[in-house]
Amino acid sequence: MADKIYRVNMNDLSFKIEEVPQEWMGLGGRGMTSTIVAAEVDPECHPLGPNNKMVFAPGLLSGTIAANSGRNSLGAKSPLTGGIKESNVGGTSAAIFAKLGVKALIIEGIPEDDSTFYHMHVTRENVTIEACPELVGKDNFEVLDAMEEKYNKKVAVMTIGRPGEMKMLISNISVRDPKGKLRSHGRGGLGAVMGSKKIKVITVDAEKYKETELADPTKFKAANKVFTKALKENPISGEGLPAFGTNVLVNIINEAGGLPSMNFRSGNSENAEEICGEHMAENIEARGGSTTHGCHAGCVIQCSQTYNDDEGNYLASGFEYEMIWAFGANYGINDLDLIAKIDHLMDDLGVDAIETGVAFGVAAEGGLVEFGDGEEAYRILAEEVANGTPIGRIIGSGTGNIGKLYGVVRVPVVKNQAIPAYEPRAIKGQGITYATTPMGADHTAGYAVATNILNSGGYIDPLKKEGQVELARNLQIASAAVDSTGMCIFVAFPALDDPACLPALIDMINARFGINLTGDDVTNLGKTILKTEHEFNLKAGLGSADDRIPEFMKYEPLPPHNVVWDFTNEEIDAFWDF
Amino acid sequence: MPEMIDVTVKLFAQYRKDNFKVEVRSYVQNTIARDIIADTGIPIERFPIGVLMVNGRHVDENHALNHGDTLSMFPKVGGG
Repeated sequence: MADKIYRVNMNDLSFKIEEVPQEWMGLGGRGMTSTIVAAEVDPECHPLGPNNKMVFAPGLLSGTIAANSGRNSLGAKSPLTGGIKESNVGGTSAAIFAKLGVKALIIEGIPEDDSTFYHMHVTRENVTIEACPELVGKDNFEVLDAMEEKYNKKVAVMTIGRPGEMKMLISNISVRDPKGKLRSHGRGGLGAVMGSKKIKVITVDAEKYKETELADPTKFKAANKVFTKALKENPISGEGLPAFGTNVLVNIINEAGGLPSMNFRSGNSENAEEICGEHMAENIEARGGSTTHGCHAGCVIQCSQTYNDDEGNYLASGFEYEMIWAFGANYGINDLDLIAKIDHLMDDLGVDAIETGVAFGVAAEGGLVEFGDGEEAYRILAEEVANGTPIGRIIGSGTGNIGKLYGVVRVPVVKNQAIPAYEPRAIKGQGITYATTPMGADHTAGYAVATNILNSGGYIDPLKKEGQVELARNLQIASAAVDSTGMCIFVAFPALDDPACLPALIDMINARFGINLTGDDVTNLGKTILKTEHEFNLKAGLGSADDRIPEFMKYEPLPPHNVVWDFTNEEIDAFWDF
Repeated sequence: MPEMIDVTVKLFAQYRKDNFKVEVRSYVQNTIARDIIADTGIPIERFPIGVLMVNGRHVDENHALNHGDTLSMFPKVGGG
């Protein structure tokens, strides 16, 4: 049966099924969400008002046996950036949507009766929307338990905690993973959009959990074999990530002088050895736990982990580099276990690791907290943010707004979204991605760190300007296409260095749908997505003056290399010449 | 006697197994990175060199070290 569009209107709690328009047939993931948002959402609308929409779409390969194909995209206008947003996540939702034949789930409107929150349950050709007063004021793990009790364990769960209910800009949407832990549609304040629509939780039940149909199963299997081999044999996706997790990056980015520290004052952190991936792996070995954990079924990389305290009790899972950098290097906590405790609390509340961590850095700069005071950060999250006190609302409003409230100049944001764990001044290709991506500062939009620092896909000197705009452009085009397949972004490492990898990925798409895409078609898809998103942002009022790195980075040299951000506006704007 | 130089050698990721994390080591003037790699005994057949840095800048294995340099050795690593 052909895939359908499921459309829910929260104004009257109605639901209908639509055929997929011909021009959307070849789209999935980010390509689908950005196309629908651009077509249906008024770029000038208030992101938390009735005219914003949430669009979920599984990737083109989600629901198949393809390795690492379990990423689900969510699109909307972001209340944090004021521009278009696509945020994708592991967990079980992508595969279950795909198995159910849902090409996209579009949620529009806001209920007239806003006195409660609703639980939306998606099944084959039906969506029910019921008030769930018993879940209001609960955080994610409690919602997860309630849903597991109500349904079978395979049901996908997407939920917001209290910060999402309160429409805080740091709030995210949490998604159940195969082991009952949480992954997140992390960035851009999308939890606030879900909160504005008065949706507490969405569950998706495929009922039958067999794989999606394939046009050419034999060709598909053969291509998947080549693709899986490329992932497993690559030294990064096959060895480094399973052994040390994403947190292996702390040391190499620190050594390169590009690890933002103490609210982007330095590119080196004195805490690096205490918080690095090697230290984390030692702790895991000594305390029990596991260095490997997949965020979705079919993952062969297993970069996630289970991290315990020194008595062997569970502290955190999905304990990522960005989180550890934000609270360890940038806010200055030198205790990995305390960061893990904060990570678990933030999973439960449903707040973005990067936006929240960088917010604490700026809050320290402004005098609200002290750098390195992890106990106070924990207390503020558990007591103030969770309960929506004025201090909690300040932290919950995100990095850019805290900077304004406290008169801070050193505010690391692009399009009001916090800059992640790579310094633009010292890793200039990544700076170009932060400046130009329609998403606001986002490392995954075009991961130039690969070629600037990691020697993947060649090498371009991170401290020089030459070649960076072209690098960032090519990576952003490729990432927009990969984000449409449902593939994890880490397939980029074998794709950059193993010539067998990308053709195998395209062969799988072709065998899934019985089509004949070429490499050029895929590149053109990436270009079209970027241009569609850029056009939306221009209409929303985000012009070239918003494609900029914060001004302080132009005049504050960053130790240890003492470099500044030195691109001209014309050089940055040339990004869009394609 | 050839002139000796001190080089701070740092090992990362898989290279730390059964080896040091950071050590100041003495070499003759103009020793290149490849010779220091061999001297540390890190398992480059199993985990080939991914990134070499001297004082936080990328170099290749023919780079000659000076007194006071820091040489950092990484196998292929990545994340995001």
